[in-house]
Amino acid sequence: MSARKITIEPVTRIEGHGRVTIHLNEEGQVEETFFHVDEFRGLEKFCEGRPYFEMPQITQRICGICPVSHHLAASKACDAVARLEPPRPAKLLRELIHMGQLVQSHGMHFFHLAAPDLLLGFDADPAVRNVFGIIRANPELALKAVSLRRFGQQVIERLGGKRVHPNFAVAGGVNGPLSDKDRTEIAAELKAMTGIAGEAIAIAKNWLESNQSIAEAFASFPSSYMGLVDSEGGLQLYDGEIRVKDAAGNFVAQFRPEHYLAHVAEHVEPWSFLKFPYYRKLGFPEGTYRVGPLGRLNVIDRIGTPMAQAEFLQYRQINGGRPIEGSLYYHYARMIEALYCLERIDELLGDPEIMSRDLRSVPSEVKVPGQGVGVIEAPRGTLFHDYSTDEDGLLTRVNLIVATGNNNWAMHTASGLVARAFVDGNKLSEGMLNRVEAAIRCYDPCLSCSTHAIGQMPLVVTLVGADGSVLDRISR
Amino acid sequence: MAKIKIATDWLAGCAGCHMSFLDIDERIVQLLDAVEFTSSPVTDLKHPPKEGVDIGILEGAISNTHNVEVAKQMRERARFLIAVGDCATFGGVVAMRNLCGTDAALRRAYLETESVCGGVIPDSQELGKPLEMVTGVDSVVKVDLFIPGCPPRADAFFYALSELLAGRTPVVLPPELFLYD
Repeated sequence: MSARKITIEPVTRIEGHGRVTIHLNEEGQVEETFFHVDEFRGLEKFCEGRPYFEMPQITQRICGICPVSHHLAASKACDAVARLEPPRPAKLLRELIHMGQLVQSHGMHFFHLAAPDLLLGFDADPAVRNVFGIIRANPELALKAVSLRRFGQQVIERLGGKRVHPNFAVAGGVNGPLSDKDRTEIAAELKAMTGIAGEAIAIAKNWLESNQSIAEAFASFPSSYMGLVDSEGGLQLYDGEIRVKDAAGNFVAQFRPEHYLAHVAEHVEPWSFLKFPYYRKLGFPEGTYRVGPLGRLNVIDRIGTPMAQAEFLQYRQINGGRPIEGSLYYHYARMIEALYCLERIDELLGDPEIMSRDLRSVPSEVKVPGQGVGVIEAPRGTLFHDYSTDEDGLLTRVNLIVATGNNNWAMHTASGLVARAFVDGNKLSEGMLNRVEAAIRCYDPCLSCSTHAIGQMPLVVTLVGADGSVLDRISR
Repeated sequence: MAKIKIATDWLAGCAGCHMSFLDIDERIVQLLDAVEFTSSPVTDLKHPPKEGVDIGILEGAISNTHNVEVAKQMRERARFLIAVGDCATFGGVVAMRNLCGTDAALRRAYLETESVCGGVIPDSQELGKPLEMVTGVDSVVKVDLFIPGCPPRADAFFYALSELLAGRTPVVLPPELFLYD
């Protein structure tokens, strides 16, 4: 039993709520840290009995930050349930809306949530250490950040009718074409947006280079990595095979998404509603892995667009070609991906089939007893949807493994490492605790997705000496 | 003139309402001339200030014991409380859990899913207790204005805040902004 406990609740500037408890010994040193994710919704049960084709709309309500990921993973699972292969133009349009979402999500995380620590400092006044503080400190940069996010959201809106929870993908394809006007207007902004992504990359790189010793040591630990790859081992965010590498960068496995249960299992701890996925053959916790931008760039061989590939080659040199372990490098990797997405939007808009009206395969019969797995690279990592239906197409079984869940053990480990490195229980500072939160922030966790948020207890920590005197007290 | 103080928080929702609020895009700079954001998920202030705020905004349903605590604290400290989105208004998608029951949902998620090995239903004292019934926010606190929609459009947020800033109390939003979806 620990002598004292510090509770950070809620962890802020992440998407959804989590709580960290830091347990101190009698000497005020950190003994143990837990990353708790509270609240539970229960989609895997309450979707049973509903028509499978409702899932692209229902499951995107899991998350308002990357609803398109759930919308598309669900649609891919529905394709498989109904045994439908969407026409190529539909796949191009699905990838286009997905790229829009990655741009907005990565851009928002970088500028709105992470940048306050990098640009204003981990120890800056918490009252201004946020996006509104950035707007005051650097309005020109803040407006660029707003426009990058707006651009991504508009791509979603143009295709799906609204920015959050769009209505676009359906089993077998998509429900509407891209208009000439929209293609022209998206294309017209690409150059400016690419410039903003480049600026973000420069900010991340400069910060990491100027703070190299911190960057290398901060929440750095070995793990396996996971992400989708194309047939040439290149970065894939919409479709592909799942590749796993170990901590040394050795190839562990590559498999089709529909075989995920042979490779991925989940562990449960009583202190969190978020499950802990791991690579099944290695067991728990040895088989835990990291996903998302760092995980993806650690498993791929290349990126298929020129500017992002040039940046990737530089990135890869940071650890001599071996996997990069420092959690803060997520921010750099994230913006390399944003650059890729913008280049990929350019490629997609230039594809002659993007304007086609051949947008949907239609079932030849009404009966759809089936099973289907849909996997996609959500902004935060690999996302699995797995459905079974009876012959009326009513769901009999649903299993979801969400992107942030895959990083659960990593966030728990990262926050624990940073707590040990920075938290001195005898002389607490707000900045120490903010660093613990920053370790979790690297993973851009979407706890809305992963099960979801909690309530509050005030963060007031009082340290009392053996004689009963108050040694220290902080609150926020 | 003193700035209007706003606090926001999310309960059992998807963060989509906060995303939609950010979708006011460049108008956010204009808004910052008149308002000050205190506690919110995108700032590091964890709780509404004790001295209170002018406007409290809650998204998400009441789904566990912690959600009840958050809603009550926001109500105590906000002079005008807005429930945004279908979850805070009606319970939303989360309330679909009422059809199967919380126990069955917990068993499915933590004991029965095909990927789980050796599962257990989480029950640490650090965790909130899931409620048997998921409801809208007004089941536990008085709400002054509901803005439904999944999520409400950015224009609905901007309209409601603009009205409040102008000293008017929006009771119902204009039809084009008052959407259930």
